Amino acid sequence: MQLPKALRNTSLVVGAAITLTIVLLAIFAPAIATHGVEQMDMRNRFAGPSFQHLLGTDNFGRDLWSRLIWGARVSLTIAIIAVVCSVIIGTIVGLVAGYFGGWVDLVLMRITDIFLGVPAIVLALAIVAILGPGVMNVALALIVVAWTEYARVVRATTLVLREQNYVQAARALGARPSRILFKEILPNALGPIIVLASLGLGTAIIAESALSFLGFGLPPPTPTWGWTLAYGTKFIRDEPWLSIISGATIMITVLGFNLLGDGLRDVLDPRQLSRGGGKS
Amino acid sequence: MQTADGSAPLLTVNGLKVHFAIRKGVLNRVVGAVRAVDGVSFSLRRGETLSLVGESGCGKSTTGLALLGLLKPTGGQVEFDGQTVRDFRGAALKSYRKRVQIIFQDPFSSLNPRHRVRDIIRAPLDIHQVGTRAERDARVAELMERVGLRPDQANNFAHQFSGGQRQRIGIARALALNPDIIVCDEPVSALDVSVQAQILNLLSDLQRDLGVAFLFISHDLGVVEYLSHRVAVMYLGKIVEIADKTAIFANPSHPYTELLIGSAPSLDPRNRHQFKASNDDIPSATNKPSGCSFHTRCPLATDACRESEPQLSLRDDGRSLACHHR
Repeated sequence: MQLPKALRNTSLVVGAAITLTIVLLAIFAPAIATHGVEQMDMRNRFAGPSFQHLLGTDNFGRDLWSRLIWGARVSLTIAIIAVVCSVIIGTIVGLVAGYFGGWVDLVLMRITDIFLGVPAIVLALAIVAILGPGVMNVALALIVVAWTEYARVVRATTLVLREQNYVQAARALGARPSRILFKEILPNALGPIIVLASLGLGTAIIAESALSFLGFGLPPPTPTWGWTLAYGTKFIRDEPWLSIISGATIMITVLGFNLLGDGLRDVLDPRQLSRGGGKS
Repeated sequence: MQTADGSAPLLTVNGLKVHFAIRKGVLNRVVGAVRAVDGVSFSLRRGETLSLVGESGCGKSTTGLALLGLLKPTGGQVEFDGQTVRDFRGAALKSYRKRVQIIFQDPFSSLNPRHRVRDIIRAPLDIHQVGTRAERDARVAELMERVGLRPDQANNFAHQFSGGQRQRIGIARALALNPDIIVCDEPVSALDVSVQAQILNLLSDLQRDLGVAFLFISHDLGVVEYLSHRVAVMYLGKIVEIADKTAIFANPSHPYTELLIGSAPSLDPRNRHQFKASNDDIPSATNKPSGCSFHTRCPLATDACRESEPQLSLRDDGRSLACHHR
């Protein structure tokens, strides 16, 4: 009976609700946004929240609510691309390193150590600086800094799982390594990967905002959250709304993914995973 | 090598060794070896049950894993159906794996918790691409019935079954490819006694009907006496005595066999230990005693035992024995 137990987990429910809301807002942005991204209303610059402009406007009179919703699309797209690719790369590296061991493990883990050795934000900045801005380039920068974590976690899980008798049984039957890795080991390693991926989405959104804040994200007029936050600081003395609201948007989104990840961690109890929810 | 009755054995193991290197320090230098299996020789005939008994750590499970190719032997030869297993690569290895299967001790970790019973039993058929999809499913149903499970439970997961039922699933998986040999690595020692009896009966029925040979690894002498035709007694990585079941139990020859059978608890209070070891400490497999490795515990030990190692030799009564004094 997984469902009732999952629904009793507060952080999972709250996290899922926040995440789902943001995702739905991003998907239906054209219907929900009240104004265009670039639509200026010069008579209503720096307007406070009103029915016309739900969250007020910036120095050009652009509607903040609409810009944040369009921005959600950008942030989520980049975060999802980055996390999906990181999971795929990290999982394959981790499975191969953990299962084969020996020099394969040694080489792959030293490579991940090299990536881990460079501070993440510096590495990401360097990549965007070299490749130039663009959705794929920003995503690539995030993949380069994020895949190592998945590799390490999957490797550790694989080290435990490969000693299980059902893996030995598959080997004794003459199963190919690809079958053992993807059919026997991977399904049992999915729990930690899912938890890590949902936490990773939060991290990716922060990282993308940080790059934009520092001016290395997507260039204007793309309405990224990080850039809106950074731009708002110019007017923070007189009109703090811009920075506060865009900052809060980032915070709530990340909070949602973190709560979701924590909740999933509780529901997908690792002790249950290793024994498959054994009755004893 | 010929067996007592003259027929060529299905499996012949000659001087099998499995050593694990002990590495130490930054340079990972080999400083010693655990000689888990240290020159084991025996043969297994078609349709017979040979039990491998001995104390924990004597290398009986390691022998089984090496025969399946799950551990790399350090030395020795394994011949299966007239061919040397060492040379097996690719297709030959695959066909060997098809004919030699294993049943594990732990009915929990031996079944993948994420797979349905159908997929677990069908895995051998999928891996070796036997028949069509429909034929495989039919075979799964047939196997489930054969081991006493209801075929309509095929969609359940392993954790929905009891320990005994899980062991039946493991047996069905081992039977799927109609193997010639099944290595049973303590298949009942994790089960309740009442369930043990059911599983043992199932195994002996299967042997009668299918003619499969069992290499039965166990430390439970009662179980061994019930199921085996012949018994091999292992001590510190070596076989010290092989004989027919009745000969071993009625008239143990090697001092260690005598000790082992004498230590099995008996229901008769008058039946006290006849035979006493001179020392109860089991030597380690890293640093084995010189000569006969049992001399540190053997009441019959003399200087000869400390100096030279007795070889396993065939005696007049048909048993093989490694002892200077018997």
